[in-house]
Amino acid sequence: MRITVTVDGTTYTDEVEPRLLLVHYLRDRLGKVGTVVGCDTSNCGACTVHLNGHSVKSCSVLAVQADGGDVLTVEGLSRDGKLHPIQEAFRDNHALQCGFCTPGMIMQTLDLLAEEPDPDDETVRHGLEGNLCRCTGYQNIVRAVQDAAQRLRGGATSSGDAVIKDAAKAETAGGVR
Amino acid sequence: MTATAQPEIGRARLRKEDEHLITGRTRWTDNLVLPGMQHLAILRSPVAHARITGVDTTAARGMPGVVAIFTGADLAAEQGSLPCAWPITEDMKAPPAPSLAVDTVNFAGEAVAVVVARGAYEAHDALEKIDVDYDELPIVLDLAGAAADGADLVHPDLGTNISATWTFDSAEAGTGGDVEQAIREAEVLVQRTFRQQRLIPAFMEPRSVVVDPTAAQITMWSSTQIPHILRLMLAMTLHIPEHKVRVIAPDVGGGFGGKLQVTPEEVIALLVARRLGKPVKYTESRSESMLAAHHGRDQIQKLTLAARRDGTVTGLKVELLADMGAYLRLVTPGIPILGAFMFNGIYKFPSYHFTCTNVFTNKVPTDAYRGAGRPEATFAVERMMDELAAELSLDPLELRARNWITHEEFPFDTVAGLTYDSGNYEAATARARELFDYDGLRREQVERRERQDTVQLGIGVSTFTEMCGLAPSRTLGALAYGAGGWEHAAIRMLPTGKVEVVTGASPHGQGHETAWSQIVADQLGVPFDDVEVLHGDTQTSPRGLDTYGSRSLTVGGIAVVKAAEKVIAKARPIAAHMMECAEDDLEFTGGRFRVTGTEKAVGIADVALAVFAAHDLPDGVEPNLDSEATYDPDNFSFPHGTHLCAAEVDTETGQVRIRSYVCVDDIGHVVNPLIVEGQVHGGLAQGIAQALYEEAVHDESGTLLSGSFAEYLMPSAVDLPSFTTGRTQTPATGNPLGVKGVGEAGTIASTPAVVNAVLDAVRQFGVHDIEMPCSPMRVWHAIHTAQGGAR
Repeated sequence: MRITVTVDGTTYTDEVEPRLLLVHYLRDRLGKVGTVVGCDTSNCGACTVHLNGHSVKSCSVLAVQADGGDVLTVEGLSRDGKLHPIQEAFRDNHALQCGFCTPGMIMQTLDLLAEEPDPDDETVRHGLEGNLCRCTGYQNIVRAVQDAAQRLRGGATSSGDAVIKDAAKAETAGGVR
Repeated sequence: MTATAQPEIGRARLRKEDEHLITGRTRWTDNLVLPGMQHLAILRSPVAHARITGVDTTAARGMPGVVAIFTGADLAAEQGSLPCAWPITEDMKAPPAPSLAVDTVNFAGEAVAVVVARGAYEAHDALEKIDVDYDELPIVLDLAGAAADGADLVHPDLGTNISATWTFDSAEAGTGGDVEQAIREAEVLVQRTFRQQRLIPAFMEPRSVVVDPTAAQITMWSSTQIPHILRLMLAMTLHIPEHKVRVIAPDVGGGFGGKLQVTPEEVIALLVARRLGKPVKYTESRSESMLAAHHGRDQIQKLTLAARRDGTVTGLKVELLADMGAYLRLVTPGIPILGAFMFNGIYKFPSYHFTCTNVFTNKVPTDAYRGAGRPEATFAVERMMDELAAELSLDPLELRARNWITHEEFPFDTVAGLTYDSGNYEAATARARELFDYDGLRREQVERRERQDTVQLGIGVSTFTEMCGLAPSRTLGALAYGAGGWEHAAIRMLPTGKVEVVTGASPHGQGHETAWSQIVADQLGVPFDDVEVLHGDTQTSPRGLDTYGSRSLTVGGIAVVKAAEKVIAKARPIAAHMMECAEDDLEFTGGRFRVTGTEKAVGIADVALAVFAAHDLPDGVEPNLDSEATYDPDNFSFPHGTHLCAAEVDTETGQVRIRSYVCVDDIGHVVNPLIVEGQVHGGLAQGIAQALYEEAVHDESGTLLSGSFAEYLMPSAVDLPSFTTGRTQTPATGNPLGVKGVGEAGTIASTPAVVNAVLDAVRQFGVHDIEMPCSPMRVWHAIHTAQGGAR
């Protein structure tokens, strides 16, 4: 089948098998390898992208379902060489270790913050329930999301600085976070 | 040349690794596309134990895009046996371990045939057309049953399911007294049998391997923790000259011990690529990963603790059964042995006996999983200490204080034969108590009991230590491990003063690039941003023993320090020559050689440029500042800490909720507190997951029921609390940075803290143990049963 899809601002027209998953179309046909596959049951969320403005698990969407659609991946987030505030917040809060879940986490965060610009801890945790991370224990991801929320609302300070200060404090005398 | 005013070590530097990971500019193995590359799909056995009586690939070969199909019989002559590098006893029984099953399959998920096709979808389509005839054999699944006389056999040729029995006895070793005597003379005996359930490492990036056979060296990209060991083992297993193999671990998405392996899939990919003369790629699905990548834990622990009524422990006897699964993989037999030295924990037990029996079953092999042997041991001793405290009606922290090594007693020779170099259990515990509000929570616990609240509060304690930083090579040799425990580093001083650091450690999320840059910045006095850390490619980094066992900083990081010292030593005579002074008149600080007592100085970058030009060097000095160092530690490192967990247990539903979790870890000096914090959080998550959520479950036919993230309950953000972390700092004495490992500490410490908390909440109902994971069903059932089913 012939599909036309806009991905990260570029429009592509391709012949695809009807069974081709969107994530494989992105990775194998378009070279958008920033989006990854972590499972085959749509539980892990590593493959999360935006389709027409909402997050989807691209392992659970057929490429043909994206026909005529607008896809945003993690590779399309930064503009003019400048990181998106969510990307900055993930880096500044040490919200990633191996980084494999990170593209999905960031794209899900974009969706979460669009719906809830000032989420509390519980809201963040529930909003990210469909995205698994094995490295971080989620605590710094939660902080990153709240930090990103503040940045997107135009707040000047970032809790990224707080993390660094806290961590430095813990260094000296059995400090605590 | 910038002299760094503030030391880099100790700074919460943001990670150098992150920019490419948050923008999707990544190098995962599965991203690779090579000219002419073919795709592999692997057919796996649906049965746990059977003779293969026929494989018909005719229909599959005719499928569109299919290039070739290989069965075990096709590769039998060249595949050899997958390596096991840890023969723990001289008479250990080890079955041949083919990558592709030849005439029998021994676990559900074992590879039976491989399809090569133009595309991954086409390769998978063809799998369904391969017809395998299985003649089913008796299935051995139950660990205790497998070890019993008269059991059906996994490998009839071996004549037994028992691979090896390994023993340590303090009386025999001369490290302590006779445990049997302690048991005979005990005023109190506590006996328990604990189950360490089988776990799945479940790294987020599924394993992937690409092999290119088209150059003089066969190149393998693999999502592995161990590129160096893998290269060596491929050479030894497949009889390929070592210098004809190059292994690259590009970005690797987590490992946790699960990628500390030489896998059947890597061998199959290499053999197929070599046959075809074309690059091939294999990437597993998550379901395949759960089924066929090695599992962790899986022990039955029988424990006998002897004590006096004042709480002084007089002896501990440990009898383990450890499930190997169907084969011995790279370090399978040694995993429980790594625990043998840790059952005495932080305590001065005067006598100790350990026996472990390694047993085959028809399940996927077990091997390293975060902590590897030490979580099992720590769980056992910390659970037993809480049980003893309950038996004696003592506060569990008080009982521990009566038995632990006091800070004045270091270095301390333990009953298990180790020497703990340093520690301060009193300080860590005092800090944790304070952060936790221990006394306040105890008061609340009493109140809830008195008013018979349906939600009861439990407080769990874990005062742990562990041995990490694997490892002194001599010690590994004494344990019959097949390799040493050193690590390698090289430093290249570039003419512009920039620095390349090559490390033999192989990160997969730990942040080596950042931490090593901090170390080198301090050592050489160069800016953090002027250091580039290279790793994970046997061509760039020819020597190394990779990343596992919380070894990277305490061994690999120290190798970096040693290499930097050599750079300075090489630069010193040149600097003296440049300033026409004696070497002894020079001091090196902040990246500059200064003539003592003067303002005359040259920077290390000036020396590097002078060396590059080589116009005017002292006689006999080579024009090169580059240095290498290989560091072999004298001892393990022994991080320790006190973890306290408050758990609320709903006695009507069995639901457990962690209300607060406090840990105070002592890992000595800290290079990067941000990274340390992350390691602790992630470790806690995995230890808590063992306590409450995760278990690999098989049905009676040996089929893995928890074979996807829909059934295997890897915790999401809603399943975990926020943690309160603190630190005390008792520097390690065995290395120049005073650092200890931190990668596994959280996992090792947290499981018993959580289970102890659950039991502390329900012990009042007569419950003394709940098998992990402490699911609502198990907790409810334990309460219900203890109360005679009348609740």
